[in-house]
Amino acid sequence: MAGLSRSHDVAVVGGGLVGAAIAYGIARAGRRVLLFDEGDMAVRASRGNFALVWVQTKGLGLPDYARWTVHSSNSWATFATELASETGIDLHFQRPGGFHLCLSEQELEARKQIITRFHNQRGGTDYRIDFLERDDIAKMLPDIGPDVVGGSYCPLDGHVNSLKLFRALHLALSRLGVTYLPNHPVTAIGRRGGQFEISTPHGTHDAGKIVLAAGNANQALAPMVGLVAPMKPERGQIIVTERVDPFLHFPLGTLRQTDEGTVMIGDSREDGHDPSGSNIAINSVMANRAVRMFPKLARLNVVRCWRAIRVMPQDGFPIYDQSESHPGAFLATCHSGVTLAAAHAGTLARMIVDGRLDEAEVGAFSARRFDVQAVA
Amino acid sequence: MFKRLRENPVEAVTITVDGSALKARAGDTVAAALLAHGVSHVRTTPVSGAPRAPYCLMGVCFDCLVTIDGVGNRQACLEPVRDGMRVETQHGKRKIGS
Repeated sequence: MAGLSRSHDVAVVGGGLVGAAIAYGIARAGRRVLLFDEGDMAVRASRGNFALVWVQTKGLGLPDYARWTVHSSNSWATFATELASETGIDLHFQRPGGFHLCLSEQELEARKQIITRFHNQRGGTDYRIDFLERDDIAKMLPDIGPDVVGGSYCPLDGHVNSLKLFRALHLALSRLGVTYLPNHPVTAIGRRGGQFEISTPHGTHDAGKIVLAAGNANQALAPMVGLVAPMKPERGQIIVTERVDPFLHFPLGTLRQTDEGTVMIGDSREDGHDPSGSNIAINSVMANRAVRMFPKLARLNVVRCWRAIRVMPQDGFPIYDQSESHPGAFLATCHSGVTLAAAHAGTLARMIVDGRLDEAEVGAFSARRFDVQAVA
Repeated sequence: MFKRLRENPVEAVTITVDGSALKARAGDTVAAALLAHGVSHVRTTPVSGAPRAPYCLMGVCFDCLVTIDGVGNRQACLEPVRDGMRVETQHGKRKIGS
């Protein structure tokens, strides 16, 4: 088998945005990388996402997550420029700052409390989140409707064309000589002579290190290398309109206009891991809220809706881990594969190349936090 | 380019295309009226700006999008002409106000 005759330094399991970003960073450091992916019938979370590079209030409850998110957000422009120069693909990364709009006094009060709690939280990165009255918001978002009572704005928020990010990462991987193996779900991971032996239905491959970056599937893969990854997948729905002239120059957490002019409406949440179908009642609430925020949207035709799976660790925060029992085995899984792509391709990939996760950088994200006996 | 099959004595309808009057026939779709009048393209695409003309004429390809009576991205091949209808060709993305 091809994989046996040619040794690889690192095997990455998972060809979505998290796996591809890590593989990209490792390959750029000159290591030979093998990337395992499933086929097109797999749940493809990286194809269905909303494409925000989002900071606002992330990390409430885990200050290190706020720090890590800001770090990635600050690294994004350089990351996008590098990828564009290597692939010729413009990712349309923009960081104009982003809004959260409130449609009632109750929503406004709830938002105020979240932001106050966030600013009072110690140990994270205390970046700016402005609380804005309706009139101030209207200066930046002139098309808001009468139901918008106020909201918050964070200058660190941005967005990107995530399908182009995905395409650029895979093109860069191919140019960097990464061996990409689609339709190769990993069924077992063993050790032999200091190497990891990775089994798939199409044969076994060896690598010196292994990184599990398979999204929700990490829950099943992690025990193979002595780790745990407690996941709780969510479903989210997105509505897409026809393309229109740019009118919305700032992304919202629930609504944005893409570089090509379509308006995306999103951010629903339900438990479950079946991405098929779409719940019309949820779409109806999403569309109604969107039209109350921007009444002009009522004139637009919807061209597509979809439901996709959100990769989600049980407590919502990323899990980065290294195995004690299987040295050289790492795990990375998180919800925000787009926002954190720059940190994954940079800082995290460097740590994996060096063979050790830095406790100060990512120690807070170990799945040890789920071990209630140890934590108590 | 396109010719009508025969000169039936059918009721004439007048529409405007980008402000100019155009004679069509009752029963024509907007796309048919435009093609019969020799219009070479009805819009340019939102991303690359390439010209597009009515193509499938059965509501499938969405290449014939025009603004009708102020509403953008209408399928010209599915809309029958009406006397006084205002048709505008589109350039790039639809305006959200239209």
